[in-house]
Amino acid sequence: MRDSLKQLVLTRFREFVREPEALFWTLAFPILLTVGLGIAFRNKPVEIVHVAVVGRPVTAGVVLTSLRASKALAVDSLEPDAAALALRTGRIALVVKAEPDGSVTYEFDDTRPDARSARFLADDAIQRGAGRRDRIAIEETQVRERGSRYIDFVVPGLLGMGLMGNGIWGIGFSIVDARRKRLLKRLMATPMSRTEYLGSFVVSRLVLLVFEVLVLVGFSAVAFGVPVRGSLLQLGLICGLGAFAFGSLGLLIAARPRTIEGASGLMNLTMMPMWILSGVFFSAENFPKVIQPIVQALPLTAVNNALRANMLRGDGLSVIGPEILVIAAWGVVCFVLALKLFRWR
Amino acid sequence: MTTALEIRSLRKQFGDVHAVAGLDLAVATGECFGLLGPNGAGKTTTIEICEGLLEPDSGEVEVLGMRWATNERELRQKLGIALQETQLAEKLTVLETVMLFRSFYAQGRPANEVIGLVQLEEKAGARVGTLSGGQKQRLALACALVGDPKLLFLDEPTTGLDPQSRRQLWDLIERFKEEGRTVVLTTHYMDEAERLCERVAIVDHGKVIALDTPAALISSLGGDQVITFTLEEPQAELSYDDLRAIEGVTGVRRETASYELTAKELRKTVPAVLSFLEKRGAKLAELRTHSATLEDVFVNLTGRHLRDA
Repeated sequence: MRDSLKQLVLTRFREFVREPEALFWTLAFPILLTVGLGIAFRNKPVEIVHVAVVGRPVTAGVVLTSLRASKALAVDSLEPDAAALALRTGRIALVVKAEPDGSVTYEFDDTRPDARSARFLADDAIQRGAGRRDRIAIEETQVRERGSRYIDFVVPGLLGMGLMGNGIWGIGFSIVDARRKRLLKRLMATPMSRTEYLGSFVVSRLVLLVFEVLVLVGFSAVAFGVPVRGSLLQLGLICGLGAFAFGSLGLLIAARPRTIEGASGLMNLTMMPMWILSGVFFSAENFPKVIQPIVQALPLTAVNNALRANMLRGDGLSVIGPEILVIAAWGVVCFVLALKLFRWR
Repeated sequence: MTTALEIRSLRKQFGDVHAVAGLDLAVATGECFGLLGPNGAGKTTTIEICEGLLEPDSGEVEVLGMRWATNERELRQKLGIALQETQLAEKLTVLETVMLFRSFYAQGRPANEVIGLVQLEEKAGARVGTLSGGQKQRLALACALVGDPKLLFLDEPTTGLDPQSRRQLWDLIERFKEEGRTVVLTTHYMDEAERLCERVAIVDHGKVIALDTPAALISSLGGDQVITFTLEEPQAELSYDDLRAIEGVTGVRRETASYELTAKELRKTVPAVLSFLEKRGAKLAELRTHSATLEDVFVNLTGRHLRDA
């Protein structure tokens, strides 16, 4: 590598590493976000449902015995008033009234999912206690598939969002700041090559990218078991191409503005629609059909779709070809436009 | 005498403002040449056109015998430039900054040597953001020198610095001059121009209004001493012709409250002025004398001061 390019790339790294905030937002923040979302949306273990039995000891006793046989239920024997209060406040999901004639009455809020399942669990236990047998033999196999949980959905989205943010902010702010401080003009007064100057941003982005991707994907795999089913090489290609597309977009945004304020307005204007539309936190398919062509043409949608296809479904290039083309097209068009519009002084 | 820089009928307009309005200059190799003028006179526009950072509307610029349109690459290698108010990257250290600039040039001086030259050895490992104003200017000079330039452009190198830092920077520029290299600098400090420059072009409203050595410019006043006096009753008018007739007076100027006379010999002229005033019955409030400076030349030419012009 030519010494000047080496020095420029070193400058990029030094500026990045010596800015603790940049380090935090690039590397630590995506992990914190992953942890937060992972905890909030974790798949919960089968929950125990609380129910109460009321009635005279003789009749209630039979019901209690039947209910206690079910592992999914926690059963209390309560006075009618106490049971009504517990139901109202949501401490229990169901009141089973043992009537003197041996029948039972269920009291519950049928709009609560846990109350509905409590009613069926309690009824099943009481009927079995009274001697009901299954007519058809059943067998259960429990399937808890990695790759279909919310955390599996959201990690590729966060990765895509990180590629976008770091590309646009990382490149855009440095360039506009250099222009504002007249450092760009000073550099133009030296024999420095413009290609190498812009190239130094590309090289440093690609190197930092390796860390960003490894840290987030590695952490999600270890902490939450988020899978990477596709080829790692192709995952690298998607990330690299995505970084190029967003880096070019950052370059284009930074091509003209002279102030940080002007640039940051443009950056938010660019990123905001993609945060919402491109399927970071929920599927982009949820948006109406009319706007789908726009949604699908956004670079972040293409990156997110390609990442999910690779990581969750193990799809190869033959499947994600269209997404790859969309990402590459954004990169090339923005880069060419940026070079045309760039204000060097 | 070879020419390092030649400018012919240079013009540059920003909107309605004629920043440079037909300017001609020639700077000889090995000379330190100053563009002296008030803020807004067109100095920076002129020097940035010479540096190839601005396109002129019309006129010709030849730098080291080359033109920007055809020899930009070669010229960039041979020029050292310090712009007005550049902020270098604050997160880099002094050494890293100089090494970065060194890497752009095919030939040049080692980074450490240049840092020594501008006396920043002790700060070599310090971040640029922690330097004082004077140290930052010296670093800017180091970045301009690291490519071992034949021609150095300095745009207001000492503006905003304290007196000690200014003197330090002047020493550095003088050392560069002693190596026989060419320096073109802009300034609005007449003492800077007098001390550093072999020749000075006084620039006002985008034009050169006087061009010579500082000594010749000052002697063009007709005398190198200036007598300034104020009367107790300023309304008492003294006529220009009467004052001009006093022995040894070579020039007369009226400021709002005071009179300024140029003279060759204070020894003869001051007593003559005093006796003239006594004869007129005018009471003297204050009388001062000083050796004429480029400031007086500027005031004489434009009727305004460098600072508030």
